[in-house]
Amino acid sequence: MSAPPAAPLTYVYAVTPPAPAVRLLLPSLTGVGGRPVTLLHAPGDDPGPVAFVISDVPRPDWDEDALKARFEDLRWLEDAARSHHRVVEALAAHTTVLPLRLATLYQDHAAALGVLRTQGQAFATRLARLSGHTEYGVKVYVRPAPPAEAEPPVAGASPGRAYLQARRAQRSAHEDHYRQAGLATERVAAVARRFTADRVGHPAQSGPLTSASPEENVLNDAYLVPDEHAEAFLEALAGAARGLAGVRVEVTGPWAPYSFAAPPPPPEEP
Amino acid sequence: MTDPMARRFGSDPAMTGYPPAGSSASLADILERVLDKGIVIAGDIRINLLDIELLTVKLRILIASVDKAKEMGIDWWEHDTSLSSGSSRQEDRALAAENERLRAELAELRRASALPGAQAGPGAAARRGAPARDTAKRRPPS
Repeated sequence: MSAPPAAPLTYVYAVTPPAPAVRLLLPSLTGVGGRPVTLLHAPGDDPGPVAFVISDVPRPDWDEDALKARFEDLRWLEDAARSHHRVVEALAAHTTVLPLRLATLYQDHAAALGVLRTQGQAFATRLARLSGHTEYGVKVYVRPAPPAEAEPPVAGASPGRAYLQARRAQRSAHEDHYRQAGLATERVAAVARRFTADRVGHPAQSGPLTSASPEENVLNDAYLVPDEHAEAFLEALAGAARGLAGVRVEVTGPWAPYSFAAPPPPPEEP
Repeated sequence: MTDPMARRFGSDPAMTGYPPAGSSASLADILERVLDKGIVIAGDIRINLLDIELLTVKLRILIASVDKAKEMGIDWWEHDTSLSSGSSRQEDRALAAENERLRAELAELRRASALPGAQAGPGAAARRGAPARDTAKRRPPS
């Protein structure tokens, strides 16, 4: 009683213009679960302003029950996230791309095309705004204050007093590192005002995935940088931690504009 | 100089477009982007989307501040045995280790002086990595 194999689901990575460069690129890409990556757009002579970049994925691996279980599995999730990211990143190297959130799935091509028909214009507007821009991540870390040097015990000082003195010295070094981090953050903000078009703050990273380092992440921003300013932006950032031994400034990217893909929230009613 | 920034700037990303940052990008950086950012459109797997929203909150704990999550009232991991030990912070782990060591010393002292209530070994081992979470875990999720 073997049922016929279920029809695949349509996994969508991103929205892009249906450009020739994208068509040429896709055959070289490998998608989630090792699947081929293809372009999906309206049939006929006019493909419309935008297309989906998709993979056909096996239904049993990606239906509701499977996803529920698999999203709990960090190893699977890492694979899926990295595969999704690889596709988006490769696209971003060749064209403007609107990354979709991980695991956006449709029953079939027809259902996905329906979304392209109704939302294609909105996607195209958003893409036009992101054109010629690149996302960079900027993090500021506070280095841990080293334990105070074991000073020669003052004659007559009790061990308890010596301990307290050492702790006080360490705490003051610690506070100094935070002051430096504040300064570095101000420098980053000043650089951003000159060279960036938009900013999105991510939560500071401190979970198990990042706790290997004893440094504390205090700033985790994403900036949208016009391409003509990218070089100056990066050069200016290189000086953000200058003279500040207690902090580290890390720049990541270039990224596809993940943090700026969603339209900004509508302005609040006055 | 082995500063990571120097390496990044040396690659001159502005001119070359996209160097292979993806392969080397940290999992935390990728997850916070592909799960938390990126445009959200309703897929056909609607129930799943809800699940994913929920799980995104869960996974965010892996990369975001535990304290901040607590401020937001998110504390599910305290009830989730599969994650509670993994999400312990360094101080917790240090406390747990110290706790265990003190328990062992106490047990040793009890044994030596033949005090009642010496139940060392298994109990102490079972508490490894789960400091002060016993009561929280038994509380039913609200």
